[in-house]
Amino acid sequence: MSLIELRSIVAGYGGAPILHGVDIAIDQSDIGVVVGPNGAGKSTTLKAVFGLLTVTAGSIVFDGADITNARSDRLVPMGLSYVPQEKNIFPTMSVEENLEMGAFIRRDDFSGSLASVYEMFPPLKEKRRQKAGELSGGQRQMVAIGRALMSRPRLLMLDEPSAGLSPRYVLEIFERIVAINKSGVGILMVEQNARQALQIASRGFVLAAGQNRFTGTGRELLDDPEVAKSFLGGAVPA
Amino acid sequence: MNEAIFFLNNAVVPGLVIGSIYALGAVGITLIYGILRFAHFAHGDLMTMGGFVSYLLAIGLAGIGVSTTFPVAYLILPVAIAITAVAALAIDRMFYAPLRARGVKPVTLLVASIGVTMMIQGLIRLFFGTGTYNFFEATPKVIHQIRLPIEGVTRPISFTQPQVVMVLVTVAVVIALHFFLTRSRFGKAMRAVSDNADLAQVSGINLRMVVRITWIIAGGLACLAGTMLALDVTLKPDLAFNIILPIFAAAIVGGVGQVYGAIAGGYLIGFAESLSVFNWAVLLRPFRDQLPDWLPTNLAIVPTEYKLTVAFVILVITLLVRPTGIFRGASL
Repeated sequence: MSLIELRSIVAGYGGAPILHGVDIAIDQSDIGVVVGPNGAGKSTTLKAVFGLLTVTAGSIVFDGADITNARSDRLVPMGLSYVPQEKNIFPTMSVEENLEMGAFIRRDDFSGSLASVYEMFPPLKEKRRQKAGELSGGQRQMVAIGRALMSRPRLLMLDEPSAGLSPRYVLEIFERIVAINKSGVGILMVEQNARQALQIASRGFVLAAGQNRFTGTGRELLDDPEVAKSFLGGAVPA
Repeated sequence: MNEAIFFLNNAVVPGLVIGSIYALGAVGITLIYGILRFAHFAHGDLMTMGGFVSYLLAIGLAGIGVSTTFPVAYLILPVAIAITAVAALAIDRMFYAPLRARGVKPVTLLVASIGVTMMIQGLIRLFFGTGTYNFFEATPKVIHQIRLPIEGVTRPISFTQPQVVMVLVTVAVVIALHFFLTRSRFGKAMRAVSDNADLAQVSGINLRMVVRITWIIAGGLACLAGTMLALDVTLKPDLAFNIILPIFAAAIVGGVGQVYGAIAGGYLIGFAESLSVFNWAVLLRPFRDQLPDWLPTNLAIVPTEYKLTVAFVILVITLLVRPTGIFRGASL
């Protein structure tokens, strides 16, 4: 059984639906990457999972439990975590307080998680007393991912984690995502940086106009000439 | 020296006292704005209501024969604070929560709070009439006087007991609030919601819980401020409605959503008012022989009856020069 399974999701912001039957299933060992053109409904898919908009048809099952249209603060204790693309930090709070807020649902001692986040992102430890809003874009992204890890999720959902980052940080963030996955956290991420993201993906989903167009392993999608032509901006470079 | 003591008694003490009231009110307004994103116009009446709750408990206690050497209001204050906090929760549940559930704009909530203002004032007038009430019918108000052992000083430094209590309680509340917001789990959650409500929710923070805590704190502080104000002057149905504008000015001057800003703004407006109505001619009295005769005997910056304009002038200057307030809060 998959860790999370989206079955024919139809969802939108109240008007006409944006998603017209999206199917996604990944395991805890997977890095699932959703790619597709602008307006395909990639981010909308993540928001639909996290209860941020209304699912009008289809169902979302997480670890055997139906979580369709569940309130987002109830999903965190179940083991889901979400990093929005924008406004994903608490700007006037310190880096450490941002991380503490990620652990809000935990009543046990979370100093171990804090230490492992600092180990993963050493710059954050140096700046732990600084306001998160004063950090650079790459470091903010580290805070955002660190915050999401503090609840010890089984599934981490990331909305364009590389957006707006310099190439150096993009590489670093992707490396960290692979490491997080190796530690036993399922990843479901949306990426604009499709070619690079599919290289680390074990499951790839190409969405267009709110529907699945191609599904396969990251390698299969990268090697598929049609996917390359339509969605990855030309043929695979030699 | 006598003139300096006169200045202390008539400018510094009143500034400190009214500044404390403004600060307690402005903290409530700024917390509500930070969490719920609307200007809670009924806050003054929540303060008045708190004063009346204390008054009812005080006469109730006197009625069953409890007598104390100090105003009984201090004794019942914790109970009155709890009752007012519950009332604030009930007001939110009945009037603001249904509107929020419909996703209305902040201005709709502001207008609803004006309705709540009228409702609270109407209810108070219904039961208490339009008269004034005094906490000090049974026990007289204690006035502390400190005589300085300096030759030629005839005037004592004087202030009332409720004034001392009020300033001390305000300081204690500010310290407690500071520790709550920076050390406790729910205090931090409140700051997180104020910073980024959507992210707070996806972090697993229950927004309804945070809203409830906000009303409990704002209602409790309103009761404290209202009771203290009633102890300093007298209790009447429009007690705090009359000062809601300086309180809003304090919150805006300090930076809306900024707790420390609200406290600073409260004292700033309080001192600005008391220094503006103070007759500065008094301080020139020792030099009267050297001064020209045409100098008027009253050198107050504004007459007492125009005290309210001081808050407005500061508010307008703030909005023109630094619209986000001293502590860079939300821009209005």
